[in-house]
Amino acid sequence: MHSQVRPRPVHFRGRSYLAFALAPEPPVTDWLADLDAAIQRSAGFFAGRPAVLDLANTALSRADIVPLIKELETRDIRIMGIEGADPADFGPGLPPVLTNGRPASGREMVHETSQAKASEAKTPDAKAKPQPQATEPQPASLLVENPVRSGQTIYFPNGDVVVLGSVGSGAEVVAGGSIHIYGSLRGRAMAGANGNAQARIFCRRIEAELLAISGYYRTVDDLEVDLRHRPVQAWLEGDVMLIAALD
Amino acid sequence: MANVVVVTSGKGGVGKTTSTAALGAALAQAGENVAVVDFDVGLRNLDLMLGAERRVVFDLINVVQGVVRLQQALIRDKRIDTLWLLPASQTRDKDALTDEGVARVIADLRTRFDWILCDSPAGIERGATLAMRHADGAIVVTNPEVSSVRDSDRIIGLLDAKTEKAERGERIAKHILITRFDPARANRGEMLSIADVMEILSLPLLGIIPESEEVLRASNLGAPVVLSNPGSAPSRAYADAARRLMGENVDMTVPSEKRGLFTKLFGRRAA
Repeated sequence: MHSQVRPRPVHFRGRSYLAFALAPEPPVTDWLADLDAAIQRSAGFFAGRPAVLDLANTALSRADIVPLIKELETRDIRIMGIEGADPADFGPGLPPVLTNGRPASGREMVHETSQAKASEAKTPDAKAKPQPQATEPQPASLLVENPVRSGQTIYFPNGDVVVLGSVGSGAEVVAGGSIHIYGSLRGRAMAGANGNAQARIFCRRIEAELLAISGYYRTVDDLEVDLRHRPVQAWLEGDVMLIAALD
Repeated sequence: MANVVVVTSGKGGVGKTTSTAALGAALAQAGENVAVVDFDVGLRNLDLMLGAERRVVFDLINVVQGVVRLQQALIRDKRIDTLWLLPASQTRDKDALTDEGVARVIADLRTRFDWILCDSPAGIERGATLAMRHADGAIVVTNPEVSSVRDSDRIIGLLDAKTEKAERGERIAKHILITRFDPARANRGEMLSIADVMEILSLPLLGIIPESEEVLRASNLGAPVVLSNPGSAPSRAYADAARRLMGENVDMTVPSEKRGLFTKLFGRRAA
């Protein structure tokens, strides 16, 4: 018996994750002391969470980095990558150098000292500023005053979308947060597009083609007859999308 | 002050060309200087609707490409001398239209006419976007039927995005013209009602043209319906729509055929 073993294809998939970016500031010993103080106030804040070491503010060499990572590991902070450094300086044995980090909104840091900037991932540019957290506040909602016509897409990943008119058949509204439509919803509404399962969809009259919340979607072909043309809201309970009348 | 109005719909066969010819004739009858421009290069029809197909020498493409002057391509209507046609080419396609060429022709027409009605081809591609490009206003022709209404909705979105005015941050005046409306069928629910269409498109209504055999008869005669049978229901509806376009306040009604005692008694059989 002879069976030929075919090489199995290997799949690579890209994924993004949220990580804390820690930006040490010289002198590192003082920074570690501040970090210890922050950990004291909120024990377990970093425990088990992936963190990225942002070296944009420092000029640490490889010889300095290795003990720093060890120090952090003793505090149960595991460094998964290094940011703001030249990849050429960091060979094997150290976490990989990451680029193109984007700031993430959402949870606030519990405590903040002037030096322990254990904020969430930020761009190197923002890091360079003395107060990286004091960035421009992003608008949390988008108001659309005109009807959304067939073929148009409203995409707002940062928060809620409010549409004063109707959303036509073949139109699409995608929001990071909830979607509120004060006219008829005839097209598609996708709320919680970044994975926010708390997002909801509200409309004054439902004739929708498709509703989606946090990736769970449902066509409205199977909508209960007595809900059609009525004001409704849709939300997620576990992995089930529920639709109920508002009046 | 010239007014460039595109007659558009997205969907084909809803009555753009018929409406362009009828509204153009109605405006001209009211004493306005009107040019109707056929943008449906390769599938021209406006010349047939106006009965001018045997008088076409030069066309829009020739003018756009600068081969002839505008005056050489314009054809004056034989019945109303303030109505002019700029025909499309039948042998070329939409790629022969250039942005600059169309802009130049429209600018030239603006100096000569009160109204320039651009008959758009169906679809949302180059021909349709060039026809709407320089418009001050738009007439969106819609049948009371779901696919036509959705296509109109799509076109309205493009009018707010792709026209020169929209790109300057201005709004173009948009109107809905409902054609082929049959009140009896709408009452039976076989057709969308006027209220349904208006609710979906949420734009002002320019007119309601009833479904009528007169429209087909007129196009076969090569005359806009307002000229072939001025007393007919669609003719009166188009005349009202033209007056609204000129800014008059005309009550919105659905004109019906005037029926004599005979047709009333014998109803459809006699019709």
